[in-house]
Amino acid sequence: MFDLTGRKALVTGATGGLGEEIARLLHKQGATVGLHGTRVEKLEALAAELGDRVKIFPANLSDRAEVKALGEKAEAELEGVDILVNNAGITKDGLFVRMSDEDWDAVLEVNLTSAFRLTRELTHPMMRRRFGRIINITSVVGVTGNPGQANYCASKAGMIGFTKSLAQEIATRNVTVNCVAPGFIESAMTDKLNDKQKDAILGAIPMKRMGAGADIAAAVLYLASNESGYVTGQTLHVNGGMVMI
Amino acid sequence: MSDIAERVKKIVIDHLGVDADKVVEGASFIDDLGADSLDTVELVMAFEEEFGVEIPDDAADSILTVGDAIKFIEKAQA
Repeated sequence: MFDLTGRKALVTGATGGLGEEIARLLHKQGATVGLHGTRVEKLEALAAELGDRVKIFPANLSDRAEVKALGEKAEAELEGVDILVNNAGITKDGLFVRMSDEDWDAVLEVNLTSAFRLTRELTHPMMRRRFGRIINITSVVGVTGNPGQANYCASKAGMIGFTKSLAQEIATRNVTVNCVAPGFIESAMTDKLNDKQKDAILGAIPMKRMGAGADIAAAVLYLASNESGYVTGQTLHVNGGMVMI
Repeated sequence: MSDIAERVKKIVIDHLGVDADKVVEGASFIDDLGADSLDTVELVMAFEEEFGVEIPDDAADSILTVGDAIKFIEKAQA
């Protein structure tokens, strides 16, 4: 089950906590993994640690030409990308009435537009090969909304709509397109919360704990595998029961 | 038959998996050869790649038969 031997995967944002966990797990299951990120040293360090079956692809996703080049380079150097994980994302939080155009545009550009452009580059070859797995990392707040994150929530909700449309268009080509929507995940960001904030969050989670990166990576692995071949256009919520939809 | 016609027909046969004798110039991709709308987009992209021409969307919309494709490419390469 869930064997990815011979598959080639590209993971964006692989130097972030979540992206790294995803890349590690896909690699462990046998895939050749392309690591995208902005920090070259971090990419090199992770690649060195993983050893064989790894290539690195530094690129700035807010630069449209670089996104296109990333798709072309990954397709060529990995000799065909079978699994694309659009994981890279940024936040620029602020209350809506005070949100600047720049903060809105920056978040939409990286989180949504770059995913569209990169996916467009890689979808056609997947269609031609009659196999593909596209996995978009969205967020529970893309469905529920969250005060202070109008831009981020819009980008994540946009990802879900884009996933459903593309899934319908290319289903006959054996290319599936799905989302994974994490809830609260332990990270550098949640470590900074004080106990009161943590208690408030945990109070809303039936499992009374935050998720781990591994919980998300496991969901991605399922959607990347042959075993999920009949699943498309879906959003898999991994949130300890915080929101049930 | 021109070289272009040969190559166009080969792409159509390979892509749609249809019998060579069905791929005549008057054959409609959708009505006669069983293509769906995604097939027609893929065919246009395959023609672009094979012949190094750009086929804009409005031109692509008017390419309905094998003969339309051959004529368009012959004109684009002339």
